[in-house]
Amino acid sequence: MLHIANGRVYDPANGIDGKVRDVYVANGKIVSKVPPEARRIDAKGLVIMPGGVDMHCHIAGPKVNLARKLQPEDHRHDVHPRTAFTRSGVGGTVPSTFTTGYRYALLGYTTAMEAAVPPIGARHTLEEFHDTPVIDKGFYILMGNNVLLYKLLEKGRREEFRDALAWWLAATKAYTAKLVNPGGDEAWKGRRNANITKLDEKIESFELTPRQVIGAMIEAVDELGLPHPAHIHCNNLGHSGNYASTLETMRIAEGHRAHIAHIQFHSYGEVPGKSSHNPTSRAKEIAEYVNTHPNISADVGQVMFGKSTIMTADAPLAYMLSRYAGSKWVNSDTEHESGCGILPFAYQDTVYTHALQWAIGLELFLLSKDPWRMVFSTDHPNGGSFMSYPRLIRLLMDREFRKEEMRKINQRALRQTALADGLDREYTLQEIAIVTRAGPARLLGLANKGHLGPGADADITIYDEDEDKERMFGAPRHVIKDGQVIIEDHEFRAEHQGRMLHVSPDYDPNIVEVIRPFFEDYYSIRFNNYAVDDSYLGSHEVIPTLKQRAAASGPGGG
Amino acid sequence: MSDNIRIINDATCTFCGCVCDDMNLTVDLDAHKITKAENACVLGRAWFKEHGGNENRPFALIEGREASTEEAIEAAAQILANARFPLIYGLSDTTCEAQRQAVAIADMIGGNIDTTTSVCHGPSGMAFEGVGESTATLGEIRNRADLLVFWGGNPAESHPRLFTRYTVTAKGMYVPNGRKDRTVVLVDVRRSPSAAVADIFVQVKPQRDFEVLWALRALVKGRRVDPGIEQVTGVPLATLEDLAQRMKSCRFGALLFGMGLTMTRGRHFNSGALLALATDLNEYTHFVAKPVRGHGNVTGADNVVSWQTGFPFGVNLGRGYPRFNPGEFTSVDLLGRGEADAALIIAADPAANFPQSAIEHLRRIPVIVLDPKTTHTSKLARVAFTTATYGINVPGTVYRMDDVAISLRPALPSPYPSDEEVLTRIKERVRELLGGNRVPAMSAA
Repeated sequence: MLHIANGRVYDPANGIDGKVRDVYVANGKIVSKVPPEARRIDAKGLVIMPGGVDMHCHIAGPKVNLARKLQPEDHRHDVHPRTAFTRSGVGGTVPSTFTTGYRYALLGYTTAMEAAVPPIGARHTLEEFHDTPVIDKGFYILMGNNVLLYKLLEKGRREEFRDALAWWLAATKAYTAKLVNPGGDEAWKGRRNANITKLDEKIESFELTPRQVIGAMIEAVDELGLPHPAHIHCNNLGHSGNYASTLETMRIAEGHRAHIAHIQFHSYGEVPGKSSHNPTSRAKEIAEYVNTHPNISADVGQVMFGKSTIMTADAPLAYMLSRYAGSKWVNSDTEHESGCGILPFAYQDTVYTHALQWAIGLELFLLSKDPWRMVFSTDHPNGGSFMSYPRLIRLLMDREFRKEEMRKINQRALRQTALADGLDREYTLQEIAIVTRAGPARLLGLANKGHLGPGADADITIYDEDEDKERMFGAPRHVIKDGQVIIEDHEFRAEHQGRMLHVSPDYDPNIVEVIRPFFEDYYSIRFNNYAVDDSYLGSHEVIPTLKQRAAASGPGGG
Repeated sequence: MSDNIRIINDATCTFCGCVCDDMNLTVDLDAHKITKAENACVLGRAWFKEHGGNENRPFALIEGREASTEEAIEAAAQILANARFPLIYGLSDTTCEAQRQAVAIADMIGGNIDTTTSVCHGPSGMAFEGVGESTATLGEIRNRADLLVFWGGNPAESHPRLFTRYTVTAKGMYVPNGRKDRTVVLVDVRRSPSAAVADIFVQVKPQRDFEVLWALRALVKGRRVDPGIEQVTGVPLATLEDLAQRMKSCRFGALLFGMGLTMTRGRHFNSGALLALATDLNEYTHFVAKPVRGHGNVTGADNVVSWQTGFPFGVNLGRGYPRFNPGEFTSVDLLGRGEADAALIIAADPAANFPQSAIEHLRRIPVIVLDPKTTHTSKLARVAFTTATYGINVPGTVYRMDDVAISLRPALPSPYPSDEEVLTRIKERVRELLGGNRVPAMSAA
């Protein structure tokens, strides 16, 4: 039991904006009162927020481990020594598993969602999660290029499409369905590394278009009532002029929920350049659409200057970037499920495109009218490491700092953006609390996270107040996970495993007889060996679908 | 045969890196034997049949005397807790669950962890770090590849079902006629039995793979290659030109390579040249490369060591954090220099296949061995555990050569503990002896 006394509390979900008050913890949950013998933590002069929630990052699974193996040079300069009871590891943009968990905790984050796992890689991802301490975690499975789902959709078998999707989510212990460059994989693998660029283009080998795939997935996820909607990496990521397909994708979702991932990478206009079209900013149009459409949410996918690692299921994009960067390159095709590309990358403030990407991310943050639906991410490690979050918070909260940084970047790029027109907004602590925890938790449908009301998970971060917000958010004083003080006075005091968060949607069991023959004909592993059994979950929590929640509350409601 | 028969369908064979998961095992529970392994290749059948019934080994030997598992755990923990430079090696024939414990011990005591990768596809791992890799799961190759190039390996004898289940004769979505829809090339220094399946056999002079690969890279890019290449490599220029043309014009090509490339002159340069060739070909078509891995879970070892330490093999934790340096922290090298002062060998037999200088050092230091069988290494060990066999007796996770993780379905119980159990208990005892992880003292300024 804990009695955290006299802290300045930012708990936007409960309408508490910087009020000095006490927070009570018992049995891993926030409660409204504890007995006087409860341990007292004096939080006078400190800022209290719910633990951070990262809804879009890449921290575990097949592609992450390939990216780790690929870059010994990224590890050796950033080692993470063991202590008497914590494990050693390495950092860089793709840290080892233990270091990933510890470093998220050291930044006050207590939940992180791996955003792209090929379903056949679920078992591997869960194994890495076992070795990723402290934080709660889950993952999204890649379903936007799934060959069996295409075959069902092509024949108009929408109910079986939905049931197969539900089976896949349940069989892999996933959290939601992710779409990446829908339709692109077949062209990449089957037509000499081609890609798809239009939503109404025919998908290689299928009588189907990306528009149909996106629409069907959004609807199916909604019908299943998953706590988080379809999570979409739109077509044409990174390409000049892609804002048009981003807008089209969002329009497909009308009447349904949809989440657009790392929307910064999808907000580009174009002007003719010397050799090809140069990107421009279309952040205003994109922000305007999101602002006026409550069914849509997005995470920004901010670019931060310095080393990054591109790792994506968008294989054609990674190939293009690797040719541009002249870097080593990994391509990894997963049968019937996904493509994947990986390369080391660095964003440079003097490069027009990189500076523009940086500025567009900030535009989106600053033009957003609803922080609950335009939330924080760097698409770690694609736009930059999660270790750069404190710096990004300072960019949002500190106008003078932002202006200093703007002076350093490519000015031609800056002039393309609203930043140059004096976008002076500064995020408040309450808004930061929304975009880094309350908002993502709500978008994920995690009712017990992102807030400090009674019944919430006691995931709490306590910061020293500091004018320098990078310093403040870079080193919380105390971090509490499930009521346990994990970090106290900046030091690890306890080990904690964290929970695996997943869904278990209902489906017609007869769907198995549709799926099994496909496996027998075309998969390289047996159907019976595909589903991940519960032994891989460890400590876990099933997040109910809307239907399951309604059923649990019973007739008459509760 | 007794009536006490159990059938296990979709069991997994861990004999080689193919990790075929379609074994239908007939288990005679009275005789404690697997009597039939349907779908297994000749190697898999032998693997399943030779296990079971052989339960007369002592649980452990300490300095040659029979001991209990508990006594051996105490002895092993004492050795590890007192060592200054302990080496942990092997891990390719055990579960990921056991591998995770082995890395945890290395981290706790500040040891050196290395796997059999360092003596098989280690050079491919280093090449991967240099140039990357275009690769695919085996199912993708099965369903799409119309050109298969096998290089420096003899899968017909080492991985028989690589041909039948995953590549040459397997039928797939875009190659519905199987063998008829594919062109198969074998490149090797000798006409091995695998040549029988190939449409084209290219015989390379020994030690000249690199030159052939580099010439192919040039030809693929449209550069001129001196016809003198034939004198150097034994391969006529016209053959290389034909091969380059086939590689550029296929729809989905795959290069599958073995230790004939990685353990001969050139090593990681050879692997790197091959991986770079596959990458280059992606300018023209879709092309992937795949190291053909030997042991049943050597790929799991690469994965576990990578996710826990950031590096795939040859990792030293002596300074309190992982450092990677092949040649320095790889077992053959550090034993050859006489550096380790204790060794924990799991599911490997270095005394059978390491150079003499390394084996001599193993004889000088206290060695702990975990193995289901008596091995050359267990014979020289101070502490030798008999453990249950993964896949036969022990459940858990293994990774196929294409990084696909598969759960095992064990067929028979074993009186012996699993590697995971022994390692976990050693770890716990070492933790007691050390009072937590060994943390290097801060150096005085």
